[in-house]
Amino acid sequence: MNSPHAASLRDAALVAGIAGILAFPFVGLLLTTEGTAPTLSTRFPEFAGAVVVIFFGRLGISAARRGHGLLPLVLGLAMAAGGAFSLVVEATGLGASGTAIWHAFVPGTFLSTVACAGGIAIAGLAGRNYLMQGRQPAERTPLPMGQLLLWLGIALAGFAILLPLLPGVDRRLIDVATLVLTYVMLGWGLNIVVGLAGLLDLGYVAFYAVGAYSYALLSVTFGWSFWVCLPVAGALAALFGILLGFPVLRLRGDYLAIVTLGFGEMIRIILLNWYDFTNGPDGITNIGRPSFFGLPFASKPEQGTESFHTFFGVAYDPVHRLIFMYYLILALAFVTNAFTLRIRRLPIGRAWEALREDEIACRSLGVNPRNTKLSAFAIGAMFAGFAGSFFATRQGFVSPESFTFIESAILVAIVVLGGMGSQIGVAVAAIILVGLPEYFRELQEYRMLAFGMGMVLIMLWRPGGLLTHREPTIRTRPAPA
Amino acid sequence: MNPPTLLSVEHLTMRFGGLIAVDDVSFSVEQGAIHALIGPNGAGKTTVFNCLTGFYKPTVGRITLHSPESRTPFLLEQMDDYRIVREAKVVRTFQNIRTFPKMSVLENLMVAQHNHLMRASGWTFLGLIGAPSFRHAEAESVERAEYWIGRTGLAEYADTEAGALPYGEQRRLEIARAMCCDPVLLCLDEPAAGLNPSETEELSELIGYIRDHHHISVLLIEHDMSMVMGVSDHIVVLDYGQKIAEGAPETVRNDPAVVQAYLGSDDEDEAGESEDTTS
Repeated sequence: MNSPHAASLRDAALVAGIAGILAFPFVGLLLTTEGTAPTLSTRFPEFAGAVVVIFFGRLGISAARRGHGLLPLVLGLAMAAGGAFSLVVEATGLGASGTAIWHAFVPGTFLSTVACAGGIAIAGLAGRNYLMQGRQPAERTPLPMGQLLLWLGIALAGFAILLPLLPGVDRRLIDVATLVLTYVMLGWGLNIVVGLAGLLDLGYVAFYAVGAYSYALLSVTFGWSFWVCLPVAGALAALFGILLGFPVLRLRGDYLAIVTLGFGEMIRIILLNWYDFTNGPDGITNIGRPSFFGLPFASKPEQGTESFHTFFGVAYDPVHRLIFMYYLILALAFVTNAFTLRIRRLPIGRAWEALREDEIACRSLGVNPRNTKLSAFAIGAMFAGFAGSFFATRQGFVSPESFTFIESAILVAIVVLGGMGSQIGVAVAAIILVGLPEYFRELQEYRMLAFGMGMVLIMLWRPGGLLTHREPTIRTRPAPA
Repeated sequence: MNPPTLLSVEHLTMRFGGLIAVDDVSFSVEQGAIHALIGPNGAGKTTVFNCLTGFYKPTVGRITLHSPESRTPFLLEQMDDYRIVREAKVVRTFQNIRTFPKMSVLENLMVAQHNHLMRASGWTFLGLIGAPSFRHAEAESVERAEYWIGRTGLAEYADTEAGALPYGEQRRLEIARAMCCDPVLLCLDEPAAGLNPSETEELSELIGYIRDHHHISVLLIEHDMSMVMGVSDHIVVLDYGQKIAEGAPETVRNDPAVVQAYLGSDDEDEAGESEDTTS
């Protein structure tokens, strides 16, 4: 028709062409080993599918960018529907069941997912254009972020509480959710150190390890129960937080990050090499499981005692313990969150935030920087200790391998991407960074790719983190409703 | 006859390697008076401030504070910066503004009352359980903060992020915040820098109000001569780290050494090297 459309088409064709050239060796060709000889096979349907998706995706994006509503909306919805359709076909096994006619059109899970997600994004963008047509951008009133976040938080918490009761929730989902909640709790603990006090701690996993090993050793050596060990492990981790905090009091920013990174590795290497005490790389096995108010989750209770299923008169089901574990970490996470939200409004919490903003100004107001920093280290470490105890009791086994630097890195990523200091941001980031990769384990090869892509996108669009809104901890008058 | 001495600085010397930033300076500050410390750029004014408030440890010298709230004098040169604020109650502001930009104005003023509130919150434990005594103390602190918010004309910004405030308001916020620390001596480092004449006028009034109604001594570094001459009771002039003159504004204004320091030699200009960045 007219030139902008022609330009869009040319642009989309160009992008698709470049993508085709780049993608051909990666997607179009497949090197497999049959016996000993490597053979080269082709995957033309996948390749063609990728190029087509890129062509229409680009077309949709450029149309949406130029403010069109209808065309990109239709394109986006079509892409999303196509992607979803092929996902369904693949999931239900229609593709593999011999009715080969479908098979040619199913270009693989990853591509379908990308097409589906991209289609939804384009349709969303276009839908906004469509609604905004004829309206001035200035008409948009700023959203009451505080209120919205509160409701989002309540909704997330409610969802988390109801999750195990929802239909269609299987063991695997509860397992993943438990893992995510562990990271949410760790993220909230680290948020005190990094988000509130502004101390970039790259060795947070050390305190997690201290908590896990404290519980493991106390449980195996003395046979103490989980509920006795939990506070002890938290206290020990807090003590380590203070011990490791002391030497780094004068460091800030990058220097602090490097030293804490070193401390994290030191703890792990000590655990690895102090064989007499920690059993070294073999780890500690047979760690006690927590009981439900004294009722163990055993299939066959010991003579004269009751276990959970006999007491409640239900059939033994191993999923009971999984659900109990889920609620246990949920409760621990809620405690962490409630504590953080409360302490933020206390003088110490405000001093942490002030310390993050300007340490020199803090000193000039009589805030003792040493005590303030150490308290942040200690309290952050304490929650890592609690989470570590939970980790040990959930796994029944700990070894130094679980406490590598990558864990610290993921935790810092969760806090930073979530938006420093934002509790809900941390929870959302934990779901995105831990939950999604864990749930989509089949897409293993693409996991890290998607992880990196997500990081780049967040850096481009939300450089301050997903949620950067900050509510003042105190107001002269009640917040406007 | 003279009012009692609040602060006495004796033989204060500060060396940075081979550079002598402050060279054997002695002066004193009277209770309930406004003293000004003036001098060309690089004269060592901010260095004196940094020594007074514990940010630097002086090479030589004694700084004694005879606080009306304490029987024994404080030897400031031996105290850490935050203890000087907490115990001796000498509070400073900064030449380059140092607010907590992401915190609201009220929060800024609450941080200034940190030590008082920490005690009231039972080192956080009473605060966590929401003890009534803590709530009461917190409400009092908010009241005090609101008083200074009103006094410095920041009422409409009370719940705004400090970083979003206009420049002049940020300067006043720093003074309000310092006042919330309940000082006996308030040290203002170029509070009028970057303010327009009417804002400077308001600032002079504020400083006078602080002296007259709260009986707090003020030590002031300032370049705006009309303001210094108008507001000060006593002026100390530094040049090249040495005290070259001292006295009432009239005396200092006509002192030949001062005139020479400001106008005399040709190697000094406004854009010269400054100690400003050292604060």
